[in-house]
Amino acid sequence: MIPAIVVFIYLATVLYIGIFAFRRSSGREKAEDYFLASRSLGPFVFLFSLFGTNMTAFAILGSSGHAFNNGIVTFGLMASSSALVIPLTIFLIGTRVWALGKKYGFMTPVQMFRDRWECSHIGTAIFVMQAALLVPYIIIGIMGGGTTLYTISGGAVPYWFGGAIVAMVVMGYVFFGGMRGTAWVNTFQTVLFLCFGAAALIVIGVGMGGFSASAHAMQSSPLAFLLSRERISPYYFFSYTFIPLSAIAFPHILIFCLTAQKMNQFKKTVIFYPLCILAIWLPCVFLGVMANRVGDVSQIKAKQEARRVLATQGKNMTPEQRDELRDESSGDDVIMLLLQRYAPLWLAGLLGAGIMAAVMASDSQILALSTMFTEDVFAFYGGKRRFGEAVQVQTGRIFIIIITLVAYAVALRAPETIFELAIQYAFSGYAALSPLLVAALFWKGSTKWGALAVTVWTALTVVAVAVFQAIVPAPAPGPATVVWSLGGMEVLTRTPGGTAVFGFMPVVPMVIVSALLMWFVSLATQKPARTTVARYFAH
Amino acid sequence: MKSILLVVAVAALYILHQDIWFWRSQYLVGGFIPIGLFYHGVFSIAAALLMWLLVTYAWPSHLEQEVEQTKPREDDAA
Repeated sequence: MIPAIVVFIYLATVLYIGIFAFRRSSGREKAEDYFLASRSLGPFVFLFSLFGTNMTAFAILGSSGHAFNNGIVTFGLMASSSALVIPLTIFLIGTRVWALGKKYGFMTPVQMFRDRWECSHIGTAIFVMQAALLVPYIIIGIMGGGTTLYTISGGAVPYWFGGAIVAMVVMGYVFFGGMRGTAWVNTFQTVLFLCFGAAALIVIGVGMGGFSASAHAMQSSPLAFLLSRERISPYYFFSYTFIPLSAIAFPHILIFCLTAQKMNQFKKTVIFYPLCILAIWLPCVFLGVMANRVGDVSQIKAKQEARRVLATQGKNMTPEQRDELRDESSGDDVIMLLLQRYAPLWLAGLLGAGIMAAVMASDSQILALSTMFTEDVFAFYGGKRRFGEAVQVQTGRIFIIIITLVAYAVALRAPETIFELAIQYAFSGYAALSPLLVAALFWKGSTKWGALAVTVWTALTVVAVAVFQAIVPAPAPGPATVVWSLGGMEVLTRTPGGTAVFGFMPVVPMVIVSALLMWFVSLATQKPARTTVARYFAH
Repeated sequence: MKSILLVVAVAALYILHQDIWFWRSQYLVGGFIPIGLFYHGVFSIAAALLMWLLVTYAWPSHLEQEVEQTKPREDDAA
């Protein structure tokens, strides 16, 4: 129960920081202050809050769980590719969006698209697409909160109550604190993430008697493949470099880019972003792999056994049986198990708070949705003009309550796996939307029809991949199920982990076709007025 | 010339991410960290260095100047 108490203290601290710690007495009813902290965040808060916004529960729980079953490849797949691509996109796109926001007062990406391409309803279509891809994150955040509190308290805090507490805390500081409160909470949480990684590595390393013996023992065991990438296709590995393109297309990340006081604040963010990724992901991936050498934790043994049965007998099982074994072998809780085994109770609680910080990353997504709704729908369709800015802010707050309550209600009823899958599709979906930003900022010839083609293509492909994976069950570990081949070449296959097109993940053709659609459709359609284009390409 | 060199550096680092030369190696650097993981850790540090180069030599300072030259927006003045 001690770890649960520590987590509750942490939640109270977060609530205090979010609501009271950085409250300003003046200008509370200004939309720009509530939704963008008056574009005034300093370099330290900007770096850590932007990074924290992008680090979901997956950074700690999912990365170690993925590494537990797949080995060191996890870091190259998800961390080092992000270490290059995400800061690069912040450098190229984030700075430009910030400057346009300062010049023209944009508060959302859709506002910029509407102005840049002289469109209205196409902007609404982009809003719908962005919102639809964002909602699963909010639901999974509440689910993660409920599950984590349940696990940390040893079952004393039921799932429904844990989820409700997390939903209330997040709703509380987003409702009262707006962007300023959310940014400071994210900063606090990121510092906690960073401390968590280092502390967990030291405590577990000491507990295991050093990592050298474990690593050498693993090298000469049947699990040696976890130390290399011999079971991973280079095509699959390459495909993953497209996924981080999604980061800059996420509305909550782009909206965060608008909060910097000066453009200079991007400098530290761009330089330190790869190092922050290294500091959090490397310990988590390493510990996930090393967890396979812990022989005296029954739950870890059970996971390994489920993995072994799936690999050896999976071919003769039904898809449902395979799914059940996949769930049993899932390693998302290995870090928690390692901490329970090696850390003292109070430290486990503190580290549990770090994990809690990761699962509560849905705050900026809730705020982003609220900002998008009030700016792209309420204000755009006349609400701000009719009722004024104070009502707009209140509408944003009401929206926050509604979206949190709906997400909580769904989290209580729906199975978690559905939303985990939805998040997988969302990454590819946002990556496929990234050509919108590139075209708007770097290509004078882009048009609203090109933007519509990209949006429709993204919606269709996200649905198509989801339907395909629902119809064709995942095979057992080993060769993929070939669904369509042409002249001996495998065009479409169902792999144990998802779908492959010509051996690549769907995100690769999604992004490439998206870019081509933007190109060809724009070439064939009418450009915006020269005066509009000139405002974006003055330099 | 400077811009071309930076573009080449970004492209080179992107290619270096696909380190097929360590694909099957289980060598342990320092006796405990697998070479494939160590390489990508170093890759992340190289990415930070590249970002420093971009920020130092290709910073879009014209954007800042454009913002400063823009008159305050009406809502700010109100």
